[in-house]
Amino acid sequence: MKRPLQYAALAVYVVFLAFPLVWLLSTSLKTPREMASTDPSWIPHDPTLANFADAFAEQDLVGAGLRSLGVAVASAVLTVVLALPAAYAMARHRGLMSRMATGWVLVSQVFPFILIIIPLFMVLRNLELTNTLAGLVVVHITFTLPFALWMLQGYVRAVPRELEEAASVDGAGRVRAIVSVVAPLLAPGVVATLLFSFISSWNEFLFALVVLKSPDVMTLPLMLARFTGPEGVARLGPLAAASLMATIPSLIFFAIIQRRLKSGLMAGAVKG
Amino acid sequence: MTVTATRPPKAAHARSRPRSRQGRETLVLMLPALVPVLLFSVGPLVYGMALAFTDARAGRKVTYSFVGLENFANLFQDPDFWSSIVVGLIWAVSVTVLTFLLGLGLALLLNEKLRLRGLARVLAVVPWAMPPVVIGLMWRLVYHADAGILNGILGTDIDWLADFTFVLPAIIVMGVWAGMPQTTVVLLAGLQNIPAELYEAGKIDGAATWQRFRNITLPQLKPVIVAITSLDFVWNFNQFSLVYVLTNGGPGGRTRLPMLFAYEQAFRYGFFGYAASLGVAIMIVVLGLLGVYLWRQMREASS
Repeated sequence: MKRPLQYAALAVYVVFLAFPLVWLLSTSLKTPREMASTDPSWIPHDPTLANFADAFAEQDLVGAGLRSLGVAVASAVLTVVLALPAAYAMARHRGLMSRMATGWVLVSQVFPFILIIIPLFMVLRNLELTNTLAGLVVVHITFTLPFALWMLQGYVRAVPRELEEAASVDGAGRVRAIVSVVAPLLAPGVVATLLFSFISSWNEFLFALVVLKSPDVMTLPLMLARFTGPEGVARLGPLAAASLMATIPSLIFFAIIQRRLKSGLMAGAVKG
Repeated sequence: MTVTATRPPKAAHARSRPRSRQGRETLVLMLPALVPVLLFSVGPLVYGMALAFTDARAGRKVTYSFVGLENFANLFQDPDFWSSIVVGLIWAVSVTVLTFLLGLGLALLLNEKLRLRGLARVLAVVPWAMPPVVIGLMWRLVYHADAGILNGILGTDIDWLADFTFVLPAIIVMGVWAGMPQTTVVLLAGLQNIPAELYEAGKIDGAATWQRFRNITLPQLKPVIVAITSLDFVWNFNQFSLVYVLTNGGPGGRTRLPMLFAYEQAFRYGFFGYAASLGVAIMIVVLGLLGVYLWRQMREASS
């Protein structure tokens, strides 16, 4: 009696969640002629991969993808390098500094970005960093740092302090103890934080919109947003194909870190 | 006598030493993260709030001066400001409430041992990983007047994103779709943390499903619900990318959320000071509503 109802409800959810995705996929496989027809159908009559080739042929899109990749890798690596020592300190020595860092993580969620973007834009302009990828990397690091710090300190806390102390007792120096005992245990957490930072930067739109002005430095999300002009339906196919491809990196990385992110978010949510 | 008198200060001294060394170590370790945060977010934040009281403009060489509360006076007389706040509130409250209700429903289903659960679980997480720009573009394809599927399904001929009546509901649906994963995952984790013994006790006492939900699930889930709905509300009220890509605030400002309005003022028209005052106003609205909500929740919890 109860089960069929539950299955019906679950089916409704699956349809709601899946239909835009299916439609995106379907559009990406359609020929321009079919796109122009007034009676859109779920299954392409004449499926083609031409849209993917077209998207690749657009010089701007490939270039933008490469720039996005560069920015995301640089932001992710630098974020973790900067956050790791601080995360260690937050987890091991709980003092005023750690509490302030935790406070900032929470505060950073509440402020309207516009309050930070305008002055940040002015700072970057003084440093001659507007319209450069380096400028965007700086911005992405700053905005990923709080959550990266939060994730990392959770992972450090999960490594028992006793292990570190035991290594010290066995004659290893403090640094050796950290390198040979803590680091291997921390590695999965570091990878998860790296991937999280990568996804944040790869997906990010608003800051890129403010910092980057000329097409030859634009990242992928900016290029995609520019892609839809008033040209009508002809370019929707390649657009759908490019959108799908732009999603693949974050989707793969997200699949890897999903569980870890959940526990991190839970810790934050409950304490907040 | 002398021994006992000198010992305590000595011990205290010995204990305080490593503590100060620890403090110094903390500072050194924190420094690499602290410098960018202070330089590129705390500093700008303070500066940004100060800008709200000036007539700053976008130009590089433009000098600006302190104008007191003039920006705020202008803001309160600006009908576009009020309409953006109204649109923002309708959007943020609708999306937050619908996301919560739908997310809770899905979390409850995923917590049961149903087939297809794996598929639903994967689907429920996908929007979380997608770039907001792609989500916006995807829904543009769905709502497209000629090539979109929605008109195809409903047999209508509506230009959803250009229609004054339908555009707000249309973006709200997208907001719910985009926001459900996070909410569902957090609520599901909360459900799984509820001790099974409580339900067993409830069953023994003869509580029906609905009673168990009301008297066990909801109270146990309360802290998680308050946390996620608060965060969702703040995130939604500050939303920019999704709606910028889907409608760019149109038609006729019908979907111009506060952040879109602020972005236009700052980076299209170059009114930095005015946009900053807008940021302060948005912050006050968000903190005010959040404060009232959390205060009520806490009062309920203590009574």
